[in-house]
Amino acid sequence: MQTIELSGDVMTEAENTQEFGAEKAGGTATVSRDVRQTVGDVTVNMPRMRCKQINVYYGDKQAIKDINLDIGRNEVVAMIGPSGCGKSTFLRCLNRMNDTIDGCRVTGEIMMDGEDINSNSIDVVPLRAQVGIVFQKPNPFPKSIYENIAFGPRIHGLAKDKAELDEIVETSLKRAGLWEEVKDRLDQPGTGLSGGQQQRLCIARTIAVNPEVILMDEPCSALDPIATAKIEELIDELRQEYSIAIVTHSMQQAARVSQRTAYFHLGDLIEVGETKQIFTNPRHQLTEDYITGRFG
Amino acid sequence: MNNTDTPNTNTAVDDVELKSRRTIEIVNRGLAKRKAAERRFRFYGKLAIFMGMVFLAVLFTSIVGNGYSAFVQTYVKLDVYIDPQIVDPQGERDQEVLSGANYGGLVKSTLRSMFPEVKSRRDKKALYSLVSNGASYDIRQRVMENPELIGQTLSLWVPADDDVDMLMKGKMDRDAPESDRRLKDKQLMWIDQLAEQNLIEKRFNTTFFTAGDSRDPELAGIWGAAVGSFLTLIVTLALSFPIGVAAAVYLEEFAPKNRLTDIIEVNINNLAAVPSIVFGLLGLAVFINFFGLPRSAPLIGGLVLTLMTLPTIIIASRAALKSVPPSIREAALGVGASPQQAMIYHVLPLAMPGILTGTIIGMAQALGETAPLLMIGMVAFIVDIPSGVFDPSTVLPVQIFLWADSPERAFVERTSAAIMVLLTFLIAMNALAVVLRKRFERRW
Repeated sequence: MQTIELSGDVMTEAENTQEFGAEKAGGTATVSRDVRQTVGDVTVNMPRMRCKQINVYYGDKQAIKDINLDIGRNEVVAMIGPSGCGKSTFLRCLNRMNDTIDGCRVTGEIMMDGEDINSNSIDVVPLRAQVGIVFQKPNPFPKSIYENIAFGPRIHGLAKDKAELDEIVETSLKRAGLWEEVKDRLDQPGTGLSGGQQQRLCIARTIAVNPEVILMDEPCSALDPIATAKIEELIDELRQEYSIAIVTHSMQQAARVSQRTAYFHLGDLIEVGETKQIFTNPRHQLTEDYITGRFG
Repeated sequence: MNNTDTPNTNTAVDDVELKSRRTIEIVNRGLAKRKAAERRFRFYGKLAIFMGMVFLAVLFTSIVGNGYSAFVQTYVKLDVYIDPQIVDPQGERDQEVLSGANYGGLVKSTLRSMFPEVKSRRDKKALYSLVSNGASYDIRQRVMENPELIGQTLSLWVPADDDVDMLMKGKMDRDAPESDRRLKDKQLMWIDQLAEQNLIEKRFNTTFFTAGDSRDPELAGIWGAAVGSFLTLIVTLALSFPIGVAAAVYLEEFAPKNRLTDIIEVNINNLAAVPSIVFGLLGLAVFINFFGLPRSAPLIGGLVLTLMTLPTIIIASRAALKSVPPSIREAALGVGASPQQAMIYHVLPLAMPGILTGTIIGMAQALGETAPLLMIGMVAFIVDIPSGVFDPSTVLPVQIFLWADSPERAFVERTSAAIMVLLTFLIAMNALAVVLRKRFERRW
């Protein structure tokens, strides 16, 4: 890994726009690395979520700057970029998980079903049921497999009786592709499963509350290649029913599972586009440097 | 790089080798010294542990050596004729008459009949003093419970006086000059006579475990203090556990991080270091003088000890909550649990072993606390067993303090025995803490 020095890090907004405009006029030529305005179309038709001008501050430090991005329906959006580029921070804005961090401030607008979910008047409890999240490290509750899945439906009152709850647990595990492996030991602790199984358990736990969007924060970074392949397969299947935003360190993974890719760099959203286009024909110099492995 | 193609790199390799050899030489030179230092270091550690064990052994031997004899007590067998003339002259079986009768007289006449040769007033007094005052209480109780006994001869073992007890336990020197002895020559003779007839013997001291305090060592027991301790601890636990855990949960999970929270935090930590007698003064000033609550009551003791225990519980609970990995909270919040639900269903159960350990350690501290209770009057001489949190009572450590202060020789062994009982409780509580921790411990 090598560190790159960015000459134009402290550019004024005016310069920024000017140059960006110039580049755009220039057509297909690669956009210079000095330009920090997003390249490519951030919007999609009928988005599930639409983020406008998202800024996140940790205390005085700004973590991400003016991000605009749509999360489409039934698609997987991959977010890639070097460490510390703000991709996880952005992901956590989408279900207000950043609220739990002291000194973290999020500005901007995240529209979902005609409502700004970033406004203070929104109750985060139903929001998080609607926008589920899977974390980097598998974090099942230290309870039984059954209880892990049943917790969400129970606190939201989704099941009227035990039979209904059993059914939710079963379908969730089936959809997460875990049912066959654990159906005989639902009363065993979830922490006793293997890493890959634990992560699928976490996915099952997330889908047990019927979310519309699933956020995944590097879901495979703690897993071996076989477990990773299973999760990737699962993500592809889940796309039929859910909108998925996934943060990943692995470019191959982004290429395999996603339809659209967003490249983040030091808090800026550099480029957004069809995954194929990003990986075969990046339009921004920074994107190209990253995907060709010049830094990482 | 091990490229030996050019002479240039060759010298470089030589240079590196030379340097590494020199380093090894220097290291070797210092090695013996380092190893000696290491051995010394370990020796100091072992020595420290050895010293600790020696002190502990001395403490336990001294306490057990002094105290074990308090678990037996010398009893004298008396055949008491319950004389209707004395107990119930009217024959009406009136409880009031029965309770007021001169049972001491019965004991005395029994003793006189056992030693008919004793005539002089002085000798009689000496004879009577062989048997505890408790004998007459014992007879009264039996008669009150069963008036049928009147007119019969009751054969019973009554506690001997504490001096006789000491003699029987070998804690009094028979060969000392008479003037230096608490028991005179005649008394020794009578005791020997009783022993010959098997009318005096040592038996398990149930009184010690069932009675309250008494001025007579042979009638004194720890049950009153134990009940007082129990009631005080119940009050302490009932107040300090919920308040402490709630405070810890709020401070750890919900309190905004601002100056006010910091001040509260610092104050709680400081409170843990406040000398306990200060809490006693506070209890005296606030609970007794201001609120006018009864003094010497376990309720007040519990309130004062709650103040003292709270910081311990809060600090331990916060540490336990802090040690629950944030991933568990995130997981719960991620599926849409409210912070309170995440707390109740996941964080609190995982923190419970730590919280319980802290609580039990706090309770053990409270159980052994003396100073603040002196201030609120729990040091009073209380004979009755308390039956509620408003009854005057004392607690085990204060009872130990009181007995240690008493001049009678027999209270020395009772003091040690009471310490043994207190230590047993403390060890039991700590063992419970360990068991609970093991039981609730889970991996994540």
